[in-house]
Amino acid sequence: MHMLRPLAVGIAVAAAAPAFAQAPQFGQPIAPADIAPWDISIGPDGVGLPPGSGTATQGEAIYAAKCQACHGEKGSGKPNDPLVGGMGTLAPDKMPTKTVGSFWPYATTLFDYVRRAMPFQESQSLTSDELYAVSAYILHLNGIVGATDVLDAQSLPKVRMPNRDGFIPFPRNPK
Amino acid sequence: MKRKGKAGSPPGEPAAGNGILSRRIFLEGALAAGAATAGASSAAAQPLAIEPWMKTPGVGFDAYGQPSRFESKVVRAITSPPNPATQGVGTARTPLELLDGIITPSGLHFERSHSGIPNIDPDRHRVVIHGLVKRPLVFTLEALARYPMESRIAFVECAGNSGALNAPKAAPLGMAAIHGLLGCQEWTGVKLSTLLDEAGVDPTARWVIAEGADSAAMSRSIPLAKAMSDTLLCLYQNGERVRPSNGYPVRLLVPGFEGNMNVKWLRRLKLTTGPAMARDETSKYTIVLKDEKSWQFVFPMEVKSVITRPAPGIALRGPGFYEISGLAWSGNGRIKQVDVSADGGKSWAPAALHGPILPAAPVRFRAAWQWNGGPAVLQSRATDDTGMVQPTRAQFAEERGLRGVYHYNAIASWAIDAKGEASNAYA
Repeated sequence: MHMLRPLAVGIAVAAAAPAFAQAPQFGQPIAPADIAPWDISIGPDGVGLPPGSGTATQGEAIYAAKCQACHGEKGSGKPNDPLVGGMGTLAPDKMPTKTVGSFWPYATTLFDYVRRAMPFQESQSLTSDELYAVSAYILHLNGIVGATDVLDAQSLPKVRMPNRDGFIPFPRNPK
Repeated sequence: MKRKGKAGSPPGEPAAGNGILSRRIFLEGALAAGAATAGASSAAAQPLAIEPWMKTPGVGFDAYGQPSRFESKVVRAITSPPNPATQGVGTARTPLELLDGIITPSGLHFERSHSGIPNIDPDRHRVVIHGLVKRPLVFTLEALARYPMESRIAFVECAGNSGALNAPKAAPLGMAAIHGLLGCQEWTGVKLSTLLDEAGVDPTARWVIAEGADSAAMSRSIPLAKAMSDTLLCLYQNGERVRPSNGYPVRLLVPGFEGNMNVKWLRRLKLTTGPAMARDETSKYTIVLKDEKSWQFVFPMEVKSVITRPAPGIALRGPGFYEISGLAWSGNGRIKQVDVSADGGKSWAPAALHGPILPAAPVRFRAAWQWNGGPAVLQSRATDDTGMVQPTRAQFAEERGLRGVYHYNAIASWAIDAKGEASNAYA
């Protein structure tokens, strides 16, 4: 009958000490200001965009210095992904060329991705002004913003991407 | 088309066309006399030799065991990056045709990385939970290791696995190149729900944005319901700490969901009302359909199977008995049945399934085959316990076209030629 003994002890301890039922808690509280260096998420509504601004004209030199070696002249691609073109290739029976211009639904994603992951060898090295400017340049190469349009935390989320309405939910996700 | 084979035929008896035999050979361990004779080798064996290792002691112990030097070809296939300056972008693919069972050796588990493998000091690594929570919290590895843990055997499959089969013509590719973005481990770690409960989830939260500590800060949005059900923060993989290429020191397991969501090198979880619309859930890992629309947030890896042997590079040695072996899995549940065909899907017979049969875990299936030396097209077709059946390539293409790249799960074919060589084929 010794199998019953641990159960009996368990009940006794639980009854005597309410803390027994408490889940372990080993997380340390942290203040939002101390999370800020890591909090690089930008929502499609623009929440999280930093202060600063830039134009395509300003971004051209940054692109040439920091991006062109991998993404080609004016975003044409090679050796890495093209950033420009492919408009119309989502049409039925064509092979899609998915670029920022032809496929990406949100301009905020461009800023977010460039900030978190680019330039490849030194991510998170561009200033906010440089990020707005180089984002503006890539959008301008795709004919989405003008050469002197100012992109900042207010205007970037308002940029209307050509494939903004191109996505539908997968019908068989678990409920 | 004949849908059901004769599961009840005696061992060694034909169960489907072109030599598929009853699976009862695996259940009862015996061949009928006729089949056994056909499978036997006629040449007499050489006298047994006394080998050097039988007469002199072997080497001493290894601190960390390694495979035999004769197994040096059992390695992952690494595709060279399109740009030498961007090493570590791309994949290392598992040689499934050289493995058996369901557990992938840790060092052969596939890898898909976006900015190389970070060199993370576990003492300096942190995981932070913030956003729509009552108390933002930060965890050290030491703290995470103190929580009650849970283990489960589960597959991780890259959404791009088998994507080569979208191509209009069957390319002369091998097992790893086509299907090698699949692995299965025993994962051990802390339930994400435990940590989210500790932080106190705000009732308005619907999504968790998970982010890695690699220099691409790879991030994905996960529905809160999934995060609260069975998502794990894994510290261990097959009993040892997670390998660097698989997310050391802590990575997510989001069981059954596309590989990219199982964020490696996890550093941050932010609770939000909506998804981040991150690069890897908009420009990548979305599926362009037949019209101009694309499916977005395609979570489960749906029911699928592949024959891992025979496979390209493993030639059959003349007509006779062969085991057809493979893996079947579903992100939506357990595998219920696997059927095999040797005549390109004209006739099928059920394969033997080897347990354990677990949700979101591969099952090893085996079928007996008497190859007559003629042309054959080997296929497997899995059914899961939700009733979903692996589609034919034609059915798959009919639903979504062949422009989607990701989540290819149609029935795959190996064509066997007169020399016994297997090759990728569409049938």
